[in-house]
Amino acid sequence: MRVNLVEPLVIQEENRLKYKSVFDIIGPIMVGPSSSHTAGAARIGRVARKLLGRMPLRAEIVFYGSFAKTYQGHGSDVATVAGILDFDTSDLRLKNSLVIAEKAGMEVELSTSDVLTEHPNTARIKLSDDEHQIEIVGVSIGGGKIEVLEVNGFSFQLGFDTPTLLVLHEDRFGMIAAVAKVLTQHNINVGLMEVSRHTRGSRALMAIETDSTISPEVLEEIRQIPHIFDVSLLALN
Amino acid sequence: MFRNVAELVELAESQGKKISEVMIEAEMEVSQRSRDAIMQDMYANLDVMEKAVRRGLTEDIRSHSGLTGGDAKKLQTYMETKTFLSGPTLLNAVSMSVAVNEVNAAMGTIVATPTAGACGIVPGTLFAVSDKLQPTREEMVNYLFTAGAIGYCIANNAFISGAAGGCQAEVGSATAMAAAAIVEMAGGTPEESAQAVAIALKNMLGLVCDPVAGLVEVPCVKRNAMGAAIATVAADMAMAGIKSVIPTDEVIDAMYRIGCAMPTTLKETAQGGLAATQTGRMIEAKVFGVRMEK
Repeated sequence: MRVNLVEPLVIQEENRLKYKSVFDIIGPIMVGPSSSHTAGAARIGRVARKLLGRMPLRAEIVFYGSFAKTYQGHGSDVATVAGILDFDTSDLRLKNSLVIAEKAGMEVELSTSDVLTEHPNTARIKLSDDEHQIEIVGVSIGGGKIEVLEVNGFSFQLGFDTPTLLVLHEDRFGMIAAVAKVLTQHNINVGLMEVSRHTRGSRALMAIETDSTISPEVLEEIRQIPHIFDVSLLALN
Repeated sequence: MFRNVAELVELAESQGKKISEVMIEAEMEVSQRSRDAIMQDMYANLDVMEKAVRRGLTEDIRSHSGLTGGDAKKLQTYMETKTFLSGPTLLNAVSMSVAVNEVNAAMGTIVATPTAGACGIVPGTLFAVSDKLQPTREEMVNYLFTAGAIGYCIANNAFISGAAGGCQAEVGSATAMAAAAIVEMAGGTPEESAQAVAIALKNMLGLVCDPVAGLVEVPCVKRNAMGAAIATVAADMAMAGIKSVIPTDEVIDAMYRIGCAMPTTLKETAQGGLAATQTGRMIEAKVFGVRMEK
């Protein structure tokens, strides 16, 4: 299900264009050698880290396609772990991420898969500590740009170019309106919204890309809405 | 916002603006940021590029595998000591493009333009052409916006990654972007920029992505070299009034279709092409101890 809240025509048009900014083309500033296999891998790792919200104790990484075939040459493993350590694509510590992770007590398990994926550069990342676990599937589409196609088993297509609000809630009527109402009250404009669920009436995950960042107070206000289980805000830059 | 090169040229020519200006205004609209903030970000990119060019030309760069490094310096020494055949701007562009790509292969800091594998061409041509034309710093930043505008059209109508579309999508796109930007810096029209894109990209069609051992080194560094050369020559051809028979957006569409038809073995999987040659496999075995793929 895909819901556009404002000016549906314009948003569809913009959404069709995968690359929205000149800095998607001239940029990012990054440590080499590959924008898709190094910078993109780092960004996917960082989304996973932001989603967990803290340093994980364990990281399981599965590479598919071109990632699986060439990750050693491109340092995709090193870059993904750097992202999980919350490093930016231009952070010079990227090269030494495996050592840094080990010193920090993070266990890294890397494997490759022959399973055919729709996009050539696909990674599945599972992060956990003793209390929490998250899992994402991300693809690196070129020039350092990424898309996240799965968050904890929910299907999405998210670029994380702008702050993205994730709301885990019960799959029932009125949830979208309740969240939208809070955003409206605080003058926060919604760029794109997606809702994904496992089965009808179970849990659903709402992803909302906003034009401006959301304060902790507003996040708390959304968290207080009945039937909402968890709220988090992800911003890469 | 423009969606293809034809719309971009139309926007520029109807308003009497340069492509770079159209791109800056579009970016202001999409990002809702001020002109100043956008310019500052691009100045930061320019600074990183300049450092990478200088590093590659002056330091002893060598990649971890030992496969690449030092060729940019070799070319500079050759230019200083021998009678060379192609012009100084062309050879400078080639040498500076190699310099940046060598820094990238050595895990140095670069700006992806549009990707890291093709990161030499735009800055290499920029600094070489700037040596000749002596532009202001702002005109150098505008060069990046013009290159970005063309890359934006290609990325949204085709692809810019080797894994998705082969080397034509990476080095090909960078070459086309640079060709358009050179034209603008040299005083050409937006239409001539578009023609330079078509001429440059046509000569990159079908180029496969076949990196030896999966490293962004062989043949990437030398493809960056030739990308810089093609971009410079394509810009001169377009400014001489030569036109592409096939319109620019159709060339981009052809690149997309060719990329879709390209087998996976030739799209950044290190399974075909140069990667699968006898020497390519030997290097692979040496770098990783074992063969990654038969």
